[in-house]
Amino acid sequence: MNDEIAGIVIVFGITLLIAFPLGKYISNVFTGNRTILGFLAPVERFIYRLCGIDPLQEMNWKQHLKALLTINLVWFFYAFIMLISQGSLFLNPDGNPSQTPDLAFNTAISFLVNCDLQHYSGESGVTYLTQIGVCAFLMFVSAATGIAAALIFFRALRDKVTDKLGNFWVFFVKSITRILMPISLVVALLLAFSGTPTSFEGKDTVVTMQGDTVGVSRGPAAAMIAIKHVGTNGGGWFGANSAHPLENPNYFTNCVELIAQFILPLSMVFAFGFFIRKKKMAYVIFGIMTIGFLALAIPTIVHEVNGNPAIAALGVSQPTGAMEGKETRFGPAMSGFWSIVTTVISTGSVNSMHDSSMPLSGMTQLLGMMINSFYGGCGVGILNYFIYLMIAVFISGLMVGRTPEFMGHKVEAREIKIAALITLLSPLLILAGTALSAYYNVHHADADWAVKPGNWLNNPSFHGFSEMLYENTSANANNGSGFEGLGDNNIFWNVVTGFILLLGRFLPIIGPIAIAGILAKKKHVPESAGTLKTDSITFGVMTLAVIVIINALSYFPALALGPIAEYFSLY
Amino acid sequence: MTNTTKPQAGLFTGEMMGTALKQAFVKLSPKLMIKNPVMFTVEIGTLVMLVVFLVAAITGDTSQGSAAYNFIIFLILLLTVLFANFAEAIAEARGKAQAESLRKARKDTPAKKISDPSADRDEQVQTISSAQLQLDDYFVCIAGDVIPMDGEIVKGIASIDESAITGESAPVIREAGGDKSSVTGGTKVLSDRIVVRVTTKPGETFLDKMIALVEGANRQKTPNEIALTILLASFTIVFIIVCVTLKPFADYANTPITIAAYISLFVCLIPTTIGGLLSAIGIAGMDRALRANIIAKSGKAVETAGDIDTLLLDKTGTITIGNRKATNFYAAEGPGDKEFIALAALSSLADDTPEGKSIVELALQQGVNMKREADMNFIGFTAETRSSGVDLADGTKIRKGAQDTIRGMVMKAGNGFPLSVSERVKKISENGGTPLVVASNDKVQGVIELQDIIKPGIQERFERLRKMGVKTVMVTGDNPLTAKFIAEKAGVDDFIAEARPEDKMNYIKTEQNNGKLVAMMGDGTNDAPALAQADVGVAMNSGTQAAKEAGNMVDLDNDPTKLIEVVEIGKQLLITRGTLTTFSIANDVAKYFAIVPALFVAAIPALQGLNVMNLKSPETAILSAVIFNAIIIPILIPLALRGVAYKPIGASALLRRNLLVYGVGGVVIPFIGIKLIDLLVSIFI
Repeated sequence: MNDEIAGIVIVFGITLLIAFPLGKYISNVFTGNRTILGFLAPVERFIYRLCGIDPLQEMNWKQHLKALLTINLVWFFYAFIMLISQGSLFLNPDGNPSQTPDLAFNTAISFLVNCDLQHYSGESGVTYLTQIGVCAFLMFVSAATGIAAALIFFRALRDKVTDKLGNFWVFFVKSITRILMPISLVVALLLAFSGTPTSFEGKDTVVTMQGDTVGVSRGPAAAMIAIKHVGTNGGGWFGANSAHPLENPNYFTNCVELIAQFILPLSMVFAFGFFIRKKKMAYVIFGIMTIGFLALAIPTIVHEVNGNPAIAALGVSQPTGAMEGKETRFGPAMSGFWSIVTTVISTGSVNSMHDSSMPLSGMTQLLGMMINSFYGGCGVGILNYFIYLMIAVFISGLMVGRTPEFMGHKVEAREIKIAALITLLSPLLILAGTALSAYYNVHHADADWAVKPGNWLNNPSFHGFSEMLYENTSANANNGSGFEGLGDNNIFWNVVTGFILLLGRFLPIIGPIAIAGILAKKKHVPESAGTLKTDSITFGVMTLAVIVIINALSYFPALALGPIAEYFSLY
Repeated sequence: MTNTTKPQAGLFTGEMMGTALKQAFVKLSPKLMIKNPVMFTVEIGTLVMLVVFLVAAITGDTSQGSAAYNFIIFLILLLTVLFANFAEAIAEARGKAQAESLRKARKDTPAKKISDPSADRDEQVQTISSAQLQLDDYFVCIAGDVIPMDGEIVKGIASIDESAITGESAPVIREAGGDKSSVTGGTKVLSDRIVVRVTTKPGETFLDKMIALVEGANRQKTPNEIALTILLASFTIVFIIVCVTLKPFADYANTPITIAAYISLFVCLIPTTIGGLLSAIGIAGMDRALRANIIAKSGKAVETAGDIDTLLLDKTGTITIGNRKATNFYAAEGPGDKEFIALAALSSLADDTPEGKSIVELALQQGVNMKREADMNFIGFTAETRSSGVDLADGTKIRKGAQDTIRGMVMKAGNGFPLSVSERVKKISENGGTPLVVASNDKVQGVIELQDIIKPGIQERFERLRKMGVKTVMVTGDNPLTAKFIAEKAGVDDFIAEARPEDKMNYIKTEQNNGKLVAMMGDGTNDAPALAQADVGVAMNSGTQAAKEAGNMVDLDNDPTKLIEVVEIGKQLLITRGTLTTFSIANDVAKYFAIVPALFVAAIPALQGLNVMNLKSPETAILSAVIFNAIIIPILIPLALRGVAYKPIGASALLRRNLLVYGVGGVVIPFIGIKLIDLLVSIFI
C-alpha cells in the first residue's frame, strides 16, 4: 500500500521538477529569448512564408480572437467532412464505416475544443486516416490554440499600456514546433518502446488461452497517445482509453502518461510568472491551484483505497481497496490519483472506469471539472482561473475601500460584466444540460432515438443521475472523460453535448482575453499603500474562497442528488 | 476653521421610522422595484406565493402544503421585501432630516430686488419672494437681512452669520472682488450693506442638488455600484438556473417539491441581504458627507474620493495655523535687545495684520509695552514702498519690510547692510521662518523672525493618509527653502513652492498622466481650472462662485483638512458594500444545509445526513431559513447606515480582517441563527 502512495508522490514530484524549468522555457520561446530549439526558426519561417503570415504584424485582442475563431471554424468543417466520409477513404484496413452526421458533428467539435468526448469506440468508430488526420491533428491544433490564447492573455498583462499583443499565428506555430511536437516525440518514443502499437496494419488475430480466436485492434497508436496527454486532450486510440492494455501497457507507461498530461498545465502557470515578470504572483496562483488539487486528490485516494462498504458487508475482504473498474496493474491509489489529475486538467483520459469509483470520488472528479482551474487545461486553465480571480479582485477591492484594480488597471463594470457572464455560463450549461437529459429520461423515456432515453442509464437512482451530470459537466469542462455507463451515441447526447462543448470552450477563451485586452488599454495606475496586492497569500486565499463558494453554491443541489445521496445510502 | 461636527442625531427617530414605514409600502410598486433586480425577483416570488395561498385557501387543496403554511411563507417574503424597502427609506429619511435642517434656512424669504447694482441708495428696491429671483438678478441686503439666494457680492463688504449652514457661530467677512465674494442663501447679514448678483437658477442651488441626491430622486448609480449590481444580478441568474433545473432533477428523483419550497430556496439563495441594503448604503454615504458639512454634487465624487492617490493642500490654514507669528527678535550690532524690541513694536503698532499684531504681542511678553501716541505718524504698507512703519515725533523713521526692500532703502542712504544680519536672515529662512528686517533712520537695527505654526496633530493626520496610500502635497507661495522646512516638519510627502495657479494645474496634470487620482481644495477664482481638472475638487463655501462651480464638492465649514474625512467616507462606502456582499453570499452555505435536505429528505431519507443543524422538520427548516434571510436585513440596517469602519492598516491586513469577520462570520452566523430560529419555530409547529 505504501508503495502505491510512494509511486504517486514520485510522479507528482517529477512533474513539479519538470514543470518549473519547462515554464521558463515556454516563457523564453515566446519572449524571443534563445532556447535550445532555436534551430527550428527556419522551419517556422518557412511555415510563415508558405501561409502568407507576417510574423511581425502586431494584433490587438479583437484581431487575435478573429484569427483564433476563424481558423477553428475551418478545422471544424474539415473534420466534419472527413468523418462522414471516412468509410470510403483510404487508410481504413479494418473497413470501419463513416460516422452518422450527428456523431460526426459531436466528434468534430469535441476534438476541436480539446475535449474528446468520444461517443464512439476508437477501434470501430474511426479509421487510421481520421485517427491521424482528424483526431491527432486536432489534438495538436486545439492544444496549440489553448497555449496561443494564454499567450495573448500573458501579453496583455505584461506591458503597462498597450494594444499590441503579438501575432496569433506566431504563438500558434511556435506552440506546436517548440512545445507540443518535441514533448510528444519523447513521450511517443517512450510509449512505443514500452509496448504501445505503432503500425499501419489492420487487426491482428490471436488465439486466447481458452482457444478462442479474437481480433486485436492496433494501428499507429503511440504517436496519438502522446499528444492525447501532452495536449490535455484525452481521446483514446482504443475505446477503453488508457485502461486498455495496449494504450497503457504497464506501470511505467502509466507514469509517463500521467506526467505527460500534467506538465503543460503546471508549467503554463510558471510561464505566466516568467513572462509577465511577476514570479511571485505565479507562485501564489500555483500554490492555490495545488491546494485545490490536493484537496480533491487526497480524499479520492483514501476512498478508493478503503474499498467499498457494500462489498465489505458481504464478508468479502478487499485487501487492495475498491477494485471494480480498475486495472490490477495500476491499483486503486494510482487510479484514484489519475482520475483527479485527468479531471482537474481537462484531459479526460481514464485508466480506470470512473463510473465504478466510490461515490465521493465521483464527486471530486465532478468538482475537478466544474472548477476546471486547479491547473486546468493546456493554456486555458489559467484563463479559467483568471475569471475567478477577477471576481475576487472586485469583491476584495471593495472590501479594502478602493475601486478594484488588477496589475495597475482599474476593473470596472464592463470587465465585471464579462467575468460575471463567464461565471454563470458553466452552471447554465451543466445544469440546463442535465435538466434536459433528466427531463427526457423521465418524461420521454420512449422517444424513438438510437438509444431510448429510458435506456440511457446503466444504473438506476442516484448513480444514474450522476452519469447524466457527469456527461454534461465533462462536455462543459472540455474534459472528455465519462461515466461510461451512459448510452451516449444518439442524436440527443451528440447534439446537446456538441453545443455545450462549443460554448464551454470558446466563451471562456473569449471572456478572459477580452477582459485582459480591455484592461491593457486602460491607464496604468501605480501602486500605493492602499492598493490591494494581488500577489499576496491573502489574496490567493480570497481567490480560493471565491472558487469554492461559487462552485458550491452552483452545484450543491445537483451533487446532493447524485454522489452525496449515493454516499449517504452506502455508508 | 474650527471643525464643527453637528451633534450626531441617533440613528433613527420616531418620526423617521414613521415616514420610512410608509415609504416601505409605497416602494412596493413594481415600477420602483425593478431598479433593484435582486429584490424585484423576491417581489415576484411573493406574488406567486400569494396566488398559491389563495388557491390553497379557496380549493382546500393541500398538495402544495396547507394554506396556513403557504400564507406564512408569503408573509415572510413580503416582510423581506418590506425590510429592504425600509432600509432604503430610512436612509432617505435620515438624509432628508439632515437636508431639512439646512432647508429650513431657505424658507421663502423676502428679497430686495434692485435693477441698478451701482446705485448707492435703495430707491428702486422692489421686494419680492426669494423664489421669484432669477439668474443674474441683483438684490441688496443690509444688516439684519437674511440672504434670499446664493450669489456673488458685486458691491460692498459685510460680516455674515453662516451658522445656519455651518453651525459655526463666529461671523465671517464677505466682500466684493477677491476670493471671498460668495454668499449662501439662508445666511444672515450682520453688518453693512452688500449688493449681490444671483448666480443660480431657482431650485438649482448646491443645497437643492444635494437634497435631491440624498432623497434618492436624482440618485445616479456610481460606477462601482453598477459593477456590483451586475455581479449580484449574475448571482441571481445562477440561482434562477439552480432552482429551475431542480424541477427535472426532483422529477427524476421522484420527489415532489412544493412551490413554497422552490421559492423559499430561491429567495434564500439570491443575495437579498446586500441587494436589500445596497441603495441604503449609497444614500448613507452621501448622508455621512452631508453630516461632515460637505455638499457633494454626485455620489460618484464621494466614491472617487476613496480612490485618491494624491492630495494637494494649501499650506496656510491647512498645515499651518492661519498666519505667521513673531517668534524671535534678533538685534543687529548697534542697539541693545530691549531697544530693538521697542523699535520693532513701534513699527507694528498700527499694523492690523495678524503678523503685525503678533509682533506687538511678543514684545509685550518680553516686557516691552509700547503704546500709541497721538503724535505718531503711521505709515501703512503700500505696494510701492513694500514696507510699513511709523514716523515718531522726534523725526525717527522706523520701517520694517522684507530683506530686499530694506536693503535697497539703506543702501540708497549710503549705509551698509550688516553681514551678521544677512546671515541671520538666511538662517531664519532655512528654518522655515520669514525674516522681517527693521531699520531706523535707514540704518538696519535687527531682524524679526516670523514662524509658521504647524497645526497640532497634523503630522498624525498625514501619517494616517500615508497609510491609506495617499500622497500629500503642500502648496505654498513661500520660497523653496522655507517650503522644504515646513514640509519636512509637517510630514507631507512633497511640496510646490512659490506656487502660481498654473503650477498647481501642471502638478495635477503630471500626476494624472501617471495614472493617479488627485484631490485638491481651493477657494479662489484662480483655483477654478485646477479644481475642475482635479478628480475631486473641494471648493470652500466662502470661495468664489467660479471655484464652487468648478469643484465637485463644496465644504460648508471652509476647513481644508476636510479632504481627509472625504477620503475616508469614500472608502467606507466601498468597504460597506464589499463586506456586506461577502456576508450575503457566505450566508448561502448554511441556507443550503437547511433547505436542500428539507426538500429531498421525504423521498431520499439518506440525505438526512446533510441536516447538520439537526433541524426539526422540513417545514421548520424552510421557515427558519426564510425567517433568518428576512430578519438579517433589518439587523444589518444600522451597520449599512453607519458604514463599516475603515482602518488604515494596509490593504492586505484590511482584507484579512474583513474576510475573517464578514466572510468566515458570514458562513458561521447563519448556522447558529437558523438553528435558534428552528428551536423557536418548533414550539409552534
